[in-house]
Amino acid sequence: MGAMFFLSFGQMPGVQRLIPIPRTTTQRKNLASYFADEQERLALADGSRIGVIGGGPAGSFFAYFLFKMARSIGLDISVDIYEPRYFAHRGPAGCNHCGGVVSESLVQLLAAEGINLPPTVVRRGIDSYVLHTDVGQVHIETPLHEMRIAAVYRGNGPKHSEPVDIAGFDRHLLDLSESAGAKVVRKLVTGFDWDHGRPQIRTADGAAATYDLVAVAAGVNSHILEALNSPALEHRPPGTLRAFISEFHLGQATINEWLGNSMHVFLLDIPRLEFAALIPKGDFATLCLLGEDVDEQLIEQFLATPEVKACFPDAVVPPPVCHCFPRINVRAAAQPFADRIVWIGDSGVNRLFKDGIGSAYRTAKAAAKTAVFRGIAKADFEKGFWPECKALIVDNRIAKLIFGVTTLIQRLRFLRRGVLRMTAQEQREAGKNRRMSSVLWDVFTGSAPYREILLRTFHPAFPLQLMWNLVAGNLLRAEQKTGTGSGR
Amino acid sequence: MNSGSMGKNYAPGEIIVRQGETGDCMFAIQKGKVEILRRGKGGEVRVAVLEEGEVFGEMAIFEREVRSATVRALGEARLLTVDKKTFLRRAQEDPTLAFNLMQMMCRRIRKLNSTLVELQLGAGPRVRDPAAAAEPEPQLERRDRTDRRVTKERRMGESRRKGPRRGDGAATSATAT
Repeated sequence: MGAMFFLSFGQMPGVQRLIPIPRTTTQRKNLASYFADEQERLALADGSRIGVIGGGPAGSFFAYFLFKMARSIGLDISVDIYEPRYFAHRGPAGCNHCGGVVSESLVQLLAAEGINLPPTVVRRGIDSYVLHTDVGQVHIETPLHEMRIAAVYRGNGPKHSEPVDIAGFDRHLLDLSESAGAKVVRKLVTGFDWDHGRPQIRTADGAAATYDLVAVAAGVNSHILEALNSPALEHRPPGTLRAFISEFHLGQATINEWLGNSMHVFLLDIPRLEFAALIPKGDFATLCLLGEDVDEQLIEQFLATPEVKACFPDAVVPPPVCHCFPRINVRAAAQPFADRIVWIGDSGVNRLFKDGIGSAYRTAKAAAKTAVFRGIAKADFEKGFWPECKALIVDNRIAKLIFGVTTLIQRLRFLRRGVLRMTAQEQREAGKNRRMSSVLWDVFTGSAPYREILLRTFHPAFPLQLMWNLVAGNLLRAEQKTGTGSGR
Repeated sequence: MNSGSMGKNYAPGEIIVRQGETGDCMFAIQKGKVEILRRGKGGEVRVAVLEEGEVFGEMAIFEREVRSATVRALGEARLLTVDKKTFLRRAQEDPTLAFNLMQMMCRRIRKLNSTLVELQLGAGPRVRDPAAAAEPEPQLERRDRTDRRVTKERRMGESRRKGPRRGDGAATSATAT
């Protein structure tokens, strides 16, 4: 740098950038191309138009943060969110087919962002988990005994549910982005094209609109992802698995008595089952099954287990009022960005099996931040947006290891006894360092990165305590039938 | 209580945080109001009343100091805690997370400045004579005193970290009281 001088010029209002003045011919050429690049630089400017395909959490978060950040630097932009649904209908028509759990960490982060979830949106505040296994169950509570997990409906409640004064989570976020300045276009997106290098969105009524930037937040169950799967783009859609979600009508009193404010998680030795949870919400309980292409046989096998039946009055599982088999993102999309286009939420990269709404928040905000403060070229998204996705991808690799261990616990009864005993002991003794409880809590809630959960198990006391509980839990079984834990 | 409420309920008059205690979280008001009380030499003064949607205790997130004021529920209030660890872990990945808090703190500093000006204008003569104007402002005088106290506390902290030294006993016990 010693042979160079520095030149300062305005890149954008209020921002100064220093660039070295080159002396050699090559350097001069580079400078010329730099200025050409600057003129051609893909960035949002006053009057820029942004289109968002999908008005779920990712699309709404993207629009909300885009406006917030653009305003902070005095950028005047417009955002159209394409969402044909009003999220006002009960049943599948107004639903986004999801378990509907806002994780502990996301509830807190949203509060720090100034986004609070009102009681009309949260159908139940969750303050604890109950882990059900064939060798017993254990109740895991938050250290602060506080409602920190939100059970929500993505739509306006299940089919045939009573009309009550509630708002779906997606509707709440869409209203929030609308109040920030976004315009919701109630049209179904049927096609995508390029108009002189700019992305163009086509709708069912034959209309077409050209934008400076398009964010794809259509989820993985939308047909539009196929339309975007062009050979011209390096993007490849995410890998998916079929999940199962159903709603049981139990009534508020039964929910209070049988499920309470707890999310019920099942670690059962059923082939292909990765995760199962029963989530209380208002008058209903949502059952969420994740695994290797969940089918009717797996569902029947699960519902027939005594551990599941024990969660319902008279050990009878009522018929579901509503159910669906949505696909979930289990493998990140390849290259979820290009010039003037970015894939966020489920359409791009997601956390494995957990905290889908949290992933939507993270990727949407990273994309908005990049678009406002860096630019909208592929290179900009690579520098500003991709690291956030990469962090999720790396964490998902660790998650596979953790879920591998969880599967091992599901398969081996002596391991289940040890884990259950260790957790029950920790829950009984106040003030004790709750190592297993915190690991299980974060694995089930998705509140902490999987890397951090794994590191916690490396504490020397963790394997020692587990070893002791494996011995005691298997040799001294009678000891388990006390306190919060009950054993078989 | 509504089953869809987030956070924890506090009874009317219940102390949420106490001045001088260590804190590792901030609070977001989900419902109700709280009052911020600051204890001084002359007694306790109500500094502010905060309402639904507002946040307090954020200083504990950014500094390792004790709570600067007591916060009490005004009527029934519902609060959600935001852990220092959760916030800072995410803030180091996404520094824009702090934008909202910074904007809120800026608003509070503006309000404090206005209050300070009003107090000074109300307490003393508006136009001071040139001789008096040459003297330091009373507010600066007070701040100097605070600085001295902080410096002394820091010295005490350092001496505590280094362990007891001969002749330090009297000073340590004086701080403890």
